[in-house]
Amino acid sequence: MVKDQDYLKKTASFCVDLGKKLGATDVTAVVMNSISETVNFRNKKLDESDRSDSLAVSLETYIGKKKSSITSSNLNEDNIKTLIERCIETTKITPEDEFNSLPDKDLLATKIIDLNLYDDDHISNEEKIEYLKEVEEAAFEKKEIINTETSFSESKSNFILASSDGFLNGHKSSSFSASCVTVAKNANNKMERDYEFTSTCHLHDMLKPDQIGVIAAKKTIQKLNPRKIESEKISVIFDRRISKGILSVFASAISASSIARGTSFLKDKINEDVFSSSINIFDKPNIIKGLGSRYFDSEGVKMEELKLVEQGVLKQYLVDTYNGKKLNLKSNGRSGGTTNLYFEKGSISYKDLLKLNTRTLYITETIGHGSNLVTGDYSVGATGFMVENGIFKHPVSEITIAGNFKDIFKNITLADDLEFKYSTNAPTMLIEGMVVAGK
Amino acid sequence: MTDFFTKTDISRKDAENIVSDTLNKCDDGELYLENSKSESILLDDSKIKSSNYSSDLGYGLRAVTGEVVAYSHSNEISKSSLKQSADNLQSTLKSKKGTYNNKISKTNEKFYNDINPIEEKSLNSKLELLKEVNNYTRAKSGIVQQVTASFTGEHKSVEIIRSGGEVLTDVRPLTRFNVSVMLEKNGKKETGVYGIGGRQSYDEYLKEDNWKKVCDEAFRIASVNLDSKPAPAGEMKVVLGPGWPAILIHEAIGHGLEGDFNRKKTSAFHDLMGQRVASEGVTIVDDGTLHNKRGSLTIDDEGTPTEKTVLIENGILKNFMQDRLNARLMNTRSTGSGRRESYKHVVLPRMRNTMMLNGKYSQEEMIKSVDKGIFAVSFGGGQVDITSGKFVFNCTEAYEIINGKIGSPIKGATLIGDGPSILKEVSLVGNNMMLDPGIGTCGKAGQGVPVGVAQPSILIDKMTVGGTQL
Repeated sequence: MVKDQDYLKKTASFCVDLGKKLGATDVTAVVMNSISETVNFRNKKLDESDRSDSLAVSLETYIGKKKSSITSSNLNEDNIKTLIERCIETTKITPEDEFNSLPDKDLLATKIIDLNLYDDDHISNEEKIEYLKEVEEAAFEKKEIINTETSFSESKSNFILASSDGFLNGHKSSSFSASCVTVAKNANNKMERDYEFTSTCHLHDMLKPDQIGVIAAKKTIQKLNPRKIESEKISVIFDRRISKGILSVFASAISASSIARGTSFLKDKINEDVFSSSINIFDKPNIIKGLGSRYFDSEGVKMEELKLVEQGVLKQYLVDTYNGKKLNLKSNGRSGGTTNLYFEKGSISYKDLLKLNTRTLYITETIGHGSNLVTGDYSVGATGFMVENGIFKHPVSEITIAGNFKDIFKNITLADDLEFKYSTNAPTMLIEGMVVAGK
Repeated sequence: MTDFFTKTDISRKDAENIVSDTLNKCDDGELYLENSKSESILLDDSKIKSSNYSSDLGYGLRAVTGEVVAYSHSNEISKSSLKQSADNLQSTLKSKKGTYNNKISKTNEKFYNDINPIEEKSLNSKLELLKEVNNYTRAKSGIVQQVTASFTGEHKSVEIIRSGGEVLTDVRPLTRFNVSVMLEKNGKKETGVYGIGGRQSYDEYLKEDNWKKVCDEAFRIASVNLDSKPAPAGEMKVVLGPGWPAILIHEAIGHGLEGDFNRKKTSAFHDLMGQRVASEGVTIVDDGTLHNKRGSLTIDDEGTPTEKTVLIENGILKNFMQDRLNARLMNTRSTGSGRRESYKHVVLPRMRNTMMLNGKYSQEEMIKSVDKGIFAVSFGGGQVDITSGKFVFNCTEAYEIINGKIGSPIKGATLIGDGPSILKEVSLVGNNMMLDPGIGTCGKAGQGVPVGVAQPSILIDKMTVGGTQL
């Protein structure tokens, strides 16, 4: 059983009180416990079971405008005491930073509305195995599938955030996820791999096992016999698996820390057109059972829904206390990043989006870390399909796609197929004018 | 060396008994104990942005029978916690029976010293140096907009207790010093990053004002990129510089030669043992025994002494990298490549220092032989799909080559290739092998471990460059 609130509150308060007693002017502490059980299956046989129990405290001490931090997984009181002493000694010799401070008291979360983020249901390893057997059997229905690896993970966590300002709150959360990775082989022994997964807050919301196996197998087989294409400038469609990545880049580029440091291509773009005028972007912390839902940010600051982009215009940054003070902005509760971040759905259907151009490259996977947030340059490896007049023609691999986010953002058309499968979500996305490098 | 059983309610003898009782009907397994201390001190925007110290203690109990691994880990080293883990393992493996493997050979050779790098350099002197780095780098030019510099250090003690009371231990220091610079000229911004490190004290790497060279190098890379023009798109010849560009070897073929993917037959290399996978001049080894290098280990995380493993010799595939589990199932021996990020993770076969050995050509000859292509000197990260064999990596410093001469710098572009065929495209291997400066971290299955890479300059006849200029 994951540790209860009382235990975590007691430990967190102990740390805060001890920090104050040892000379800190302010202290924050987070104590968290997480227990997860995972079963991995491979080719219809048990491969691995993994039980994880982690308990950790992380603590920040302030002496005026000086700050330092420690983390520890050893919650023995003697050990904690030694570490807090060390933290305070370090704080004393760390130079002052005028922007260091706890969040403004009036911004702290007080009202907590239950978002149903914890499901007490437990699924035994035997039941997990039954589920994974069904996943793999569904995948092996297809004769091209030669290997399956599946995994089922259940995780329960609990945490408390405490600060010397009197904040003392936290909550339990749960996560259930299952995935299936399949490998298919063609007549020439060339292999391709793909996957499908489900990840939810509540056990009963998971996809049915055969759905996962069927989809993974189908997606893998579709990738067999890929061709490399010629280098050209072409319209590209991002499948929902990767269109959300554009939002992640956007979120990093509007984080107050990148803006304050001047290392973002979106610096000084507030109230300017950043996207085409049909684009709206929201970050909504209070979705019931939402994968990114939170009651308050990592500093205890209350969170409200943010409309980050309105009709293509950038409206606000993601602001935490420290960088907010640097930028002269109030925290909007985004220390620790976005919550449920999404593009409002577009007005065109998926089918019509495929037909907008006579030739389109449909991308299902990108590899590499080719996003440069300073310049906005983008270049990644990609695999996908050639689409002609709305019809999937053949798989494509060993190509790259490249452009600059400043242009990419302005050339986005979104389909109307938004779904909430991740914490960051986007509909299928058409981007005009990307450069593909192939043969 | 940490004594893991002081301040606990469990004696070493009790722990050994639990291990032996749990594992006696298994093929393999161990109790892995780890005590790691780490620090991270970061200067950014002319301020000390963070100074963090971390203390992490825990164990992982593993039982292996046949192909099945049962694992349980916790922070709490206590009788009840260890018993719960043991019960958990036994319930997973209840219907399986194995024979516990032979003892692990011992080594007296150590590839790094038992030092605690965090305590060897005072916090004050680290803070002072970061301040000096900031001043020195900003004084280089008025176009310096941002400087980020950091120290990260770790001191990790591990103890492995096997069934029957066999005990193996190691103490591993690890340090890294890193500088990142952002320049701005005529409205254009570019960054440059450089770092150094390994398994010695910070001062070994910083002495004789060596830190200035790190700042200079980060500044130089950013300056080069300020003058860069858009990269070309399409297939062309690529000359890779020596050292860190060997990340290509790591991604393109290293991962595909790890035992697990080959046992499972999901690697594009699984049926190529003994066959030609590279040009004649190509020899690649994975070496855990280089003194003080980032990827070196005295023993791996199963207790096996590391070694220098020949992967490809004169173009022929010779060995995979193995941990004990995959070695047993493939009827071979462990190459000392069983690694885990921490006690929270299961062991996987991983790379250590992966190196392409010297050939006989000069870099100059290679560049001269290229009519149109690119010369790639430094990279960011890379990634591979081991099943299809496709891999990418991102240039952070590259130039065009026109008519045998190095031309303008080009913007960071992704290069993409096919693992099993790329080494056949290597037409010239240089004579200037160099190790990377000690900055690599390899990710696999969510686990990051420190690694090294090395290579001489090489000429690749055909690769796709992912630029924007058609």
